[in-house]
Amino acid sequence: MILTEQKPIEEILEKLNGENKIFILNCGGCPEGADTGGIKVINYLKEELEKKGKKITGSVSIDFLCQKALLRSRLRTRKKEIEESDSILILSCGLGVQTSAAVISKICHPALNTITFGGITGMWQGTERCATCGDCVLDYTGGICPYTTCPKELLNLGCAGQSNGKCETDPERDCGWELIYNRLKSIGQLDKLKVFIPPRDHSKMLPSAKLRKTNLWALDEEVV
Amino acid sequence: MTTETINNDTSTKLQSNLKDAIEKKKFAITCEIGPPKGADDKEIRETGEILRGLADGINVTDLQSSVMRLGSLATCHILKEMGLDPIFQVTCRDRNRLALQSDLLSAHVMGIRNVLALTGDYTTTGDDPQSKPVFDLDSVQLLWAIKRLEEGYDMAGKELTVKPSFFKGAVVNPGADTEASYELQIAKMQKKIDQGAQFFQTQAVFDADVFERFMERISKMNMNVPVLIGIILLKSHKMANYMNKFVPGVFVPEPIIKKMEETEDKVPMCLEIAAELINKVKPICAGAHIQALGWESHVPSLIKKLGLS
Repeated sequence: MILTEQKPIEEILEKLNGENKIFILNCGGCPEGADTGGIKVINYLKEELEKKGKKITGSVSIDFLCQKALLRSRLRTRKKEIEESDSILILSCGLGVQTSAAVISKICHPALNTITFGGITGMWQGTERCATCGDCVLDYTGGICPYTTCPKELLNLGCAGQSNGKCETDPERDCGWELIYNRLKSIGQLDKLKVFIPPRDHSKMLPSAKLRKTNLWALDEEVV
Repeated sequence: MTTETINNDTSTKLQSNLKDAIEKKKFAITCEIGPPKGADDKEIRETGEILRGLADGINVTDLQSSVMRLGSLATCHILKEMGLDPIFQVTCRDRNRLALQSDLLSAHVMGIRNVLALTGDYTTTGDDPQSKPVFDLDSVQLLWAIKRLEEGYDMAGKELTVKPSFFKGAVVNPGADTEASYELQIAKMQKKIDQGAQFFQTQAVFDADVFERFMERISKMNMNVPVLIGIILLKSHKMANYMNKFVPGVFVPEPIIKKMEETEDKVPMCLEIAAELINKVKPICAGAHIQALGWESHVPSLIKKLGLS
């Protein structure tokens, strides 16, 4: 199971600044097991967002967001609500946010930080990678992870080593920031390139023993 | 007692030839020294002597192209002792934030006042491709960290006994080849200015039009920061073809390649090409950064051709 942790509500609200109609997308997989997703959390977020005058256009729970084909088919019925939304708030690991961003032409905000993979990466079958960095910045990068698409893990835009859209490390490899730029452009979010992202907190990549144990609860403990 | 020391130290004016040259609107010249692969200071001193009185600042590369060699900090120290003004190139590839901040403090106590903040080439491009890449910070965050040190705090927010001060530079590539990479270069340049970059040196340029378009664009965006055009001394047509193929963002136009191919006398032609380009862009930029790549002994003739001194 992939272990996630909810981002502080202040951070979520800050990132939703200027966006008023929000659609909530919940992954019915790992977050429910980690208690960071599910109806309880959806309702909590709805309440907090509504307190700030935001409108929740709708919410849906899908098992699993990392399964792109399933995600795409399940979202078809929610097209109208999603279209009228300013952005999507996502309760899933980094993979779920990235796959959602790949199929939805809206800003996709992670509501969770991904702490660690428990040996299983859900139903993931795509090219996306999550580094379980514990400090998700996918809001700023059009749902494409700069840690895993850029070998230098650059947070504040790409380097001068790219050539014809390819990375200096491998002429076959797409430059991550080239992908991010094109995605942001396609969803009208190029302003995100102006945001300074402070150095990441690497200590978050070292989850506590307690959290690691939580990750294995299904093996370690009696369920009922 | 302590407070007094801090105040005394920060009240002194930043001593940088390069900063003075740029502020006095003199067309600034910076050159470059790539430290040798060995525990050897002879070559550095010789190159330093050649450049004495010609360069307003001397860049010292930081394990350029990820090739292991003598360090930038030690080389800057030697140049400083010789009475020259080094520019300490700092990349994010080999040091985490502890080491970067510490080296910056070390540079300051050695009297080094110019810093150039860079991301750095990836480890696999060099001669130790197995090494672990660090990239704890990126170049924008490094500038941010330097700004904090200058304000008297480290990245963790702990107060420094004495705060350093630097003339802070960064780089930009006017020849990025896709729409995305060009726009990213421009946006990143703005981010670097926002985080305190005071001057820019560009990736090597061979085409004056490319540079003019770039300068027009940043001026439209009100990025009023001194830019030194990057100049590489072209030694042969083979070198030009190699760079066109393998060096991202560098493009040598065909007529220049032809000139080098057809000439019997490579050195005068090389200097003519460089001088022509510099003279052409001189009215629109703050200076030139000359990368001689081993041809440092020809830099004096080039400077003479420019009629600067």
